[in-house]
Amino acid sequence: MSYLSLKNVSYSYANGYEAVQNMNLDFDLGESAAIIGQNGAGKTTAVKLMNRLLIPTKGEVLVNNLSTKEATTAEISKMIGYVFQNPDDQIFQDTIYKEIAYGLKNQKLGSDVMKNKVEAAAEICGLKESLNEHPYNLPYSKRKFITIAAVLATDPNVIILDEPTAGQDRESTERLGKLISHLANQNKTVITITHDMEFVVREFKRVIVLADKQKRRDASPREIFWDEELLRLSDLKQPFICQLADTLGYKGILTIEELLERDKNETYYN
Amino acid sequence: MSIISLININYTYPLEEKQTIHSLSLDLEKGCVYGLTGANESGKTTICNIIRGFIPELYKGELTGEVMIKGKNINDYNIGDLATIIGYSFQNPFTQLSGVKDTVYEEIAYGMENIGVPRSKMIQKVDEIVKMFQLEDLIDKNPFELSGGQKQRVAIASVVALDPEIIILDEPTSQLDPKSTEDIFEIIQLLKKQGKTILLVEHKVDLLAAYCDEILLISRGELVMQGPVKEILSNPKVVEYGGQLPQVALYFIKKAKANGSSVSQVPLTVQEVYDHLNKDGEV
Repeated sequence: MSYLSLKNVSYSYANGYEAVQNMNLDFDLGESAAIIGQNGAGKTTAVKLMNRLLIPTKGEVLVNNLSTKEATTAEISKMIGYVFQNPDDQIFQDTIYKEIAYGLKNQKLGSDVMKNKVEAAAEICGLKESLNEHPYNLPYSKRKFITIAAVLATDPNVIILDEPTAGQDRESTERLGKLISHLANQNKTVITITHDMEFVVREFKRVIVLADKQKRRDASPREIFWDEELLRLSDLKQPFICQLADTLGYKGILTIEELLERDKNETYYN
Repeated sequence: MSIISLININYTYPLEEKQTIHSLSLDLEKGCVYGLTGANESGKTTICNIIRGFIPELYKGELTGEVMIKGKNINDYNIGDLATIIGYSFQNPFTQLSGVKDTVYEEIAYGMENIGVPRSKMIQKVDEIVKMFQLEDLIDKNPFELSGGQKQRVAIASVVALDPEIIILDEPTSQLDPKSTEDIFEIIQLLKKQGKTILLVEHKVDLLAAYCDEILLISRGELVMQGPVKEILSNPKVVEYGGQLPQVALYFIKKAKANGSSVSQVPLTVQEVYDHLNKDGEV
């Protein structure tokens, strides 16, 4: 049985707009996945259904066999941590330390334990030197890491990152990659919404494509990025190296290394 | 005469000991697209705020040096008048939307309302912008009901609607899917054709390579590299300064290294690589 399941889930907002239609998804512990799709495809709505920020209007979301319709938000949020798309929707404390510690406050931890947890989360997010700063002294890209640290500190089994790569430079994107690998090694499930296709290729073995409120495909990056019909119907683009390989007539290539290998051996992937 | 000149700019934010911008000078020419890139916290947004006059007007702090807009010192402009010359789309689209308009259509018109554009002209312009940004399906929606990427498109559209001569776009595609990202770059190309000067803060160097005239690379508050796209984005020094090279350029540099060959001109885009290999008879 999967740790997190969406079973025939649909969701309509109060104004009647249906953002997710009949979606089925399953995640085991330790299994990470990228969610990609056009703007307005239903990605953020789908993940908000996973941590009970939204409750399905049809179907059911099960977390560790507990329906989000029956559980409390507190129960679900211990298991599923959600990092908002806009960090400013999440941040409200006046120091980074307090912001990261906030979620731990209700856990009745000793001050040393709490301090250790805050520092560990800050360390992995590159914030250890900034703990006493006001969150808004840091730029948007770093504020995103504050919100990630705040969720990591509470140690949920599933971590949902909503567009963590938006506005990040090379170094920060690499940090995110390392963070995702580190969490996967701890048997956590990381579900990441992103528009950075190169990041998807580098960091994920499983990619879920959403389009027009529905799941279109759940497969490996290679299967996704070489399915022309799927990309066309979902308004998606291949990563640049796939585009280059395609132009050169080499199918199935995903990375620079594979393309260089293909140059050495013309039969590779043919 | 350059449309924007920064002359020996130094800037420190209030209460900060560390200087954010160091001895920075640059000239931007009318009708060109400039890609402003570099690592996070290198000073890109600060430079945009200086050009727009938000620094020191709103942010305060200590600014020295001269900012010239269309040959006139920025201090001689009223900050409101500057709004009609320089359009600025913020890094975070969530803070750009006015919050006082109920529909996307009204949101796009909001800036024009404030500067007293006649109603008939305003409607004509909004219709034009809606078409340009392909927002037809969203015009009756509340801006705050939109997805992050849709909000970002509306935020940029609202700036372009004011028809400014200079447009600053601070990471305009950060929330956008790949197709919408390319659509925005196509719009930038269109605005260039209309003679607009565009300063674009962006990490997506593969697209900067395809659409910009010049690259400005910032590292720790200094302008460390400036020049034509081909010159800058093929130079591995970019990476040392915390920037990135386009994926296709990286492939080409590694390929040349593996073959033990040297290249005088590194292709930057898929089409350029194809053309280059085709010329050498490799494809």
